[in-house]
Amino acid sequence: MTTHTGQMFDTEELVINMGPQHPSTHGVLRVVLRLDGEKVVSSDVVIGYLHRGIEKLSENRNWTQIILLTDRMDYVAAATNNVGYCQTVEKLMQIEVPRRARYIRTAICELQRIASHCLWLGTHAMDIGAMTVFLYAFRERELILDLFEEYCGARLTYNSMRIGGLPLDIPVGWDRKVLEFCTIMSEKVDEYEELLTHNRIWLERTRGIGVITAEQAIAIGLSGPPLRGSGVPRDIRKDEPYAAYDEMKFDVPVGTSGDTYDRYLVRLEEFRQSIRIIRQAIQGLPEGPIVGKVPRLIKPPAGETYHAIESPKGEIGYFIVSDGKSTNPYRFRVRPPSFCNLQALPQLIKGHLVADVVALIGSIDVVLGEVDR
Amino acid sequence: MIDTYLIPLVKILFVLNATLIGVTYMVLLERKVIAWVQVRLGPMRVGPYGILQPIADAVKLILKEDITPTRADKWVFTAAPIIVMVPALITFAVIPFGPVVNLFGRQVPLYITDVNVGLLYIVSVASIGVYGIILGGWASNSKFPLLASLRASAQLISYEVAVTMTLVSMIMTAGTLSMVKIVESQYDQHLWFIFVQPVAFVLFFIGGLAETNRAPFDMAEAEQELTGGFHTEYSGMRFALFFLAEYANMIVVSSVATTLFLGGWLAPFPNVGWLSFLGYVPSWMWFLLKTFAFLYVFLWVRATLPRYRYDQLMRLGWKVLIPIAIANVVVTGIVKVLF
Repeated sequence: MTTHTGQMFDTEELVINMGPQHPSTHGVLRVVLRLDGEKVVSSDVVIGYLHRGIEKLSENRNWTQIILLTDRMDYVAAATNNVGYCQTVEKLMQIEVPRRARYIRTAICELQRIASHCLWLGTHAMDIGAMTVFLYAFRERELILDLFEEYCGARLTYNSMRIGGLPLDIPVGWDRKVLEFCTIMSEKVDEYEELLTHNRIWLERTRGIGVITAEQAIAIGLSGPPLRGSGVPRDIRKDEPYAAYDEMKFDVPVGTSGDTYDRYLVRLEEFRQSIRIIRQAIQGLPEGPIVGKVPRLIKPPAGETYHAIESPKGEIGYFIVSDGKSTNPYRFRVRPPSFCNLQALPQLIKGHLVADVVALIGSIDVVLGEVDR
Repeated sequence: MIDTYLIPLVKILFVLNATLIGVTYMVLLERKVIAWVQVRLGPMRVGPYGILQPIADAVKLILKEDITPTRADKWVFTAAPIIVMVPALITFAVIPFGPVVNLFGRQVPLYITDVNVGLLYIVSVASIGVYGIILGGWASNSKFPLLASLRASAQLISYEVAVTMTLVSMIMTAGTLSMVKIVESQYDQHLWFIFVQPVAFVLFFIGGLAETNRAPFDMAEAEQELTGGFHTEYSGMRFALFFLAEYANMIVVSSVATTLFLGGWLAPFPNVGWLSFLGYVPSWMWFLLKTFAFLYVFLWVRATLPRYRYDQLMRLGWKVLIPIAIANVVVTGIVKVLF
């Protein structure tokens, strides 16, 4: 009797390669999973398939051209990237942005947040198998893209900001259309909730999945909805207001248990808060110029600065060094929220099943264009 | 001669072709229904409102290159789709589409055969299909299909138990295993069995969803997790066989549910005098209508619900459905003895 192992058969871990061509890894993320049955024992997250060297490229472009490059990072929330970059340069050059421009920026940022969250909700629900929500969410995203198209002519990569203000004032009647959209959207959010929030299967698939505590979340450096889902009320719009957020009334939703369901609820509440902000920004839109006093040749003084704003995914920050002599930055570095949030993935999926892996990738809402830059 | 050979042969040919056409159009129907739910149009290009789409799909699939992965087990790989498809088709042999009718001066029953163990035949034949799925996933020699076929076999076997236990209570209610007699006994008892056995109906429906690998229990082909599941490595017509077998199984489950619970070919309330005008609609039409209603629910569910996770599905099967099914058998038995 030598059955000291207690096992009748040899067992071995199954290594499977999820991605970079996999329907649910949201682009070109590759996750190497070591499975025991269907349970994830450990995982490696492999990134870099979409690396285009945007940061290095920016060091060889002049300050205005870089706005265009920032579009290509988080391409589902291009306008927020633009705002973040422009504000960083404005901070470095100490340019005062007119109040009207700040209000329009706020409205655009929040429209962009809704569009980005629509895409997140659609793909996240699709990963869990509820495919109808996907098309409903895209239907509303389409309305926002139409608004953006009317404002700046582009539907995905907007290039919609300029250093010191805006390239264009809003078109005639645009404000009315935005308010109409707000009315439609607030009904549609209820529709999404009807389909998912109290759905038994949805609850079973998301509750208690991928729990991350507030301490862990802070230690990893999470930001945005994943951090707020764990109950940390950190929102740069509230804590360090930029644009016109200091004049807006809105709440920061936080979760309690830090699981997938809480992150879902946080984002759904953000839909409503964004609608609230857009209404205030459009209704209280002041008159005035849309560009501040900007020199013809943009050449910030020597120095360095870091400025972060709250993108739909979390804290997007720009660190810029100017040597004060050339018309391009000496050093350009982005702190992308997707990249930092993605760090949590191996910890989140450990011990869960393969089906949860896709749910969790969806739940932290990564855009690979931003992870790899 | 005519009665023993010709008529059965014509019936077999007719049912087989009708089933295959029904299955291909089921695919179109699914695409259309889900499109309407999702505020889309669905296929619109091939023919008016896309009604020729299934033909275009079939031509495309036949013309596609038939790939066998080099490391696959060739014989098993080839056999698997056939093992899945054949049982799905031969179950139609015992499904009664209508009673014996007078056709061209001849008494013709609207079913291929009436086996006295019809229900048992369906249960046993339908469970052969799972071998095809296991073998297909195994023979592909690829990791995702392997995981999917493991899921599929565990799922099908555990739900088979629940469904079979449900059928036991139905047999006790009807007092027969013959599909034709089950319908006739619903006529005799003046009630569709859905009103006699509502719990069994719900169990059968959930079990049917799981057994046909349909949403919300479609783990085995969970596109978002396992990139297509057990048929990942299949292409062309072999893939189509898996695909069609799934829809054929849906039709089988719907037909069985219609026969067992909704009175088969009977018009609603056939014994109520003032509703007798419903009897002017041909019996097979009633059968098809009821089956269609079932199929529609299948599609509706798929468009609405998220997917269960594999372990949750197993828990639901073993800890909820099977105990309820057994309790249902016991209660049915007690009621039978007492009344």
